[in-house]
Amino acid sequence: MGTTDSTANGRSFGKGTGLRKKLMTLAASMMLATSAQAATPPTSEVNTTGLAVTDDTVKVGILHSITGTMAISEIGSVQAEKLAIEQINASGGVLGRQIEFVQEDGASDWPTFAEKSRKLLRQDNVAAIFGAWTSASRKAILPVIEQFNGMLYYPTFYEGLEQSPNVIYTGQEATQQILASIDWAVEEKGAKTFYLLGSDYIWPRTSNKIARKHIDKLGLKVVGEEYYPLGHTQFNSVINKIKLRKPDVIFASVVGGSNVAFYKQMKAAGIDFTKESPLLLTISVTEDEIRGIGGENVEGIYASMKYFQSLDNPNNQEFVAAFKEAWGDDMVIGDVTQAAYLGPWLWKMAVEKAGSFDVDKVREASPGIEFTKAPEGYVRIHENHHLWSKTRIGNAQRNGQYKVVYETEDLMEPDPFPEGYQ
Amino acid sequence: MFDGYTTSELMSIFAMQGFAGLSLFSVFVLMALGLAIIFGQMGVINMAHGEFMILGAYTTYLTSSAFQSYLPGLFGGYFFVAMLFAFLVCAALGAFVEWAMVRHLYRRPLDTLLATWGLSLILQQAYRTIFGAREVGVTLPDWMMGSIQVTDMVDLPINGLFVMIIALSIAIAVYFLMYRSGWGKKVRAVVQNRPMAEAVGINSAGVDRATFALGCGIAGIAGAAFTMIGSTGPSSGQAYIVDTFLVVVFGGAQSLIGTIVSAFGISQAQSTLEFFLSGSMAKVLTLLVVVGILMLRPEGLMALKIRR
Repeated sequence: MGTTDSTANGRSFGKGTGLRKKLMTLAASMMLATSAQAATPPTSEVNTTGLAVTDDTVKVGILHSITGTMAISEIGSVQAEKLAIEQINASGGVLGRQIEFVQEDGASDWPTFAEKSRKLLRQDNVAAIFGAWTSASRKAILPVIEQFNGMLYYPTFYEGLEQSPNVIYTGQEATQQILASIDWAVEEKGAKTFYLLGSDYIWPRTSNKIARKHIDKLGLKVVGEEYYPLGHTQFNSVINKIKLRKPDVIFASVVGGSNVAFYKQMKAAGIDFTKESPLLLTISVTEDEIRGIGGENVEGIYASMKYFQSLDNPNNQEFVAAFKEAWGDDMVIGDVTQAAYLGPWLWKMAVEKAGSFDVDKVREASPGIEFTKAPEGYVRIHENHHLWSKTRIGNAQRNGQYKVVYETEDLMEPDPFPEGYQ
Repeated sequence: MFDGYTTSELMSIFAMQGFAGLSLFSVFVLMALGLAIIFGQMGVINMAHGEFMILGAYTTYLTSSAFQSYLPGLFGGYFFVAMLFAFLVCAALGAFVEWAMVRHLYRRPLDTLLATWGLSLILQQAYRTIFGAREVGVTLPDWMMGSIQVTDMVDLPINGLFVMIIALSIAIAVYFLMYRSGWGKKVRAVVQNRPMAEAVGINSAGVDRATFALGCGIAGIAGAAFTMIGSTGPSSGQAYIVDTFLVVVFGGAQSLIGTIVSAFGISQAQSTLEFFLSGSMAKVLTLLVVVGILMLRPEGLMALKIRR
């Protein structure tokens, strides 16, 4: 099922592409090649472990679900990773080598993820894998990638409690999403009572555990904590409970199709989010989800993410324009899509810093890598393989976009094993 | 748990909770009626029932987009047209599926289970290819959004009321069709004794096809109605299938009244328990009770007494 795209017939990006730009790139690479041999060091030097690296190409893997229930979420990540790869190729590739990708379909099935990652590592000998979305799929890949010493760039915000030498986590771990957003609700909105609500699996449960600890520490009150099975579609009872207990903030981590049901029913029950009583703060609704829920149903809710499509900075404007040009004007870009876009770039920089594609050297070079052209602004890889990044709060608009109302002054330190929060 | 609340607050919460139970009831009835006809009357385990519902939802989505572009003035009323289309599209596909697949498997119930499960996968992937993997947002006319405020605390969601009315009308229509019409008599005759029904001149193949199509058509209407309260995506149908079978089996497979009684029982139990316990626990307890009762009454709540 895998498809291999060669860069020769790849899509071109940016309005100025065409013959002129190609010639310029060609000229630039020739100049580089003549002036500095270091730009394209010999293959025997940069690849001592038998990866699929030739004198002018290097192979990487993309492993997401493009069929099955998770396809809805993962397709954005695939698009972002392909965009990043083609941009890197257009700017001269990695160590003078053009990136070729092998794409495999995890089919929303965890054993398939394990099997495909094994195939990518053993058969295709890829230098890195960009992939996985749910924690379950990452956990399925983990033993394989550790056994064969591969490198995985994982884009989703997740519950933390993990730190593998073979994974770079480009999304936020739980504390990076939660702590600052609760502080914000308390300081800016005067919140005193919280209602925690989520789908019933590890990420919402861990997130709420952290949230509850933090709320307790601030001396405030949790008036309810509830979980509903994945795919649950009837929220009337919990809406009544919320109405009875009148929390200041509903802290929601409902995912998937349940989200649509939840927000539609809240709205139908007469809760107007724009009035902010109660205020709804979510860590699970990105611009992608709003497309399914409908902007009119979530208008006024707040989301805590590190990236919103509406972020106003030059990096992001360029990124959004390139993304829309590549994949269509009606595309929206959510938090995870942006995190997926970081993967190939962070890998490229680590490889170039290491001067080698060897996984051990790339791993060693990774901590401290800075990416100043990130659409979210600036990110840096921490010793623990997660990213330093800011927490931002967005206010949902009727058109399905978020308006950024707050961002932390400093980068939040990733802390996958928060002490006292477990 | 009720400390610190005034009596009037509690009264209004109970009123709303009652309404929540009733709207869950009507959702269950809508989901289960189509399946009760197909599974209960024909004995076909239709695993693609959820996908038929989602086909109805997608039909609603297309109708709403068409009205937005071509007839914006009539947008307020598009939903009724959409329900009709949903019924017709699903019934047509149902008739085709019966002709192409199900009729060859009538004597092999376990094979129909696998075959219709395969069908559900095919349909899901077809939706994904045609409509994209992302959920689509179905825009509702303004009059369907929001709620009627009865008192300060009591809000009745309009779409919940609307689902109730649809469920009630369809239940009544199905009742008349099955128990008060000549066609219904034929269906029941075929169900109870096929060779005998054929011997008196009933075209049993035709009855089968129409029955299957009717069940799928009702699933389509249910799907259209659920665009108001749930999501419309390629795999959204999966969320309904377990509850649907639960309601039908618990009610007693061959009794439509049983289906309605069981929908009422399960919805009330679930929504009351959800109020006092957490969501997942409520579901577990409800399932435990259902399993317990089924152990005592394997035929379900209302067993039809016929000689086999």
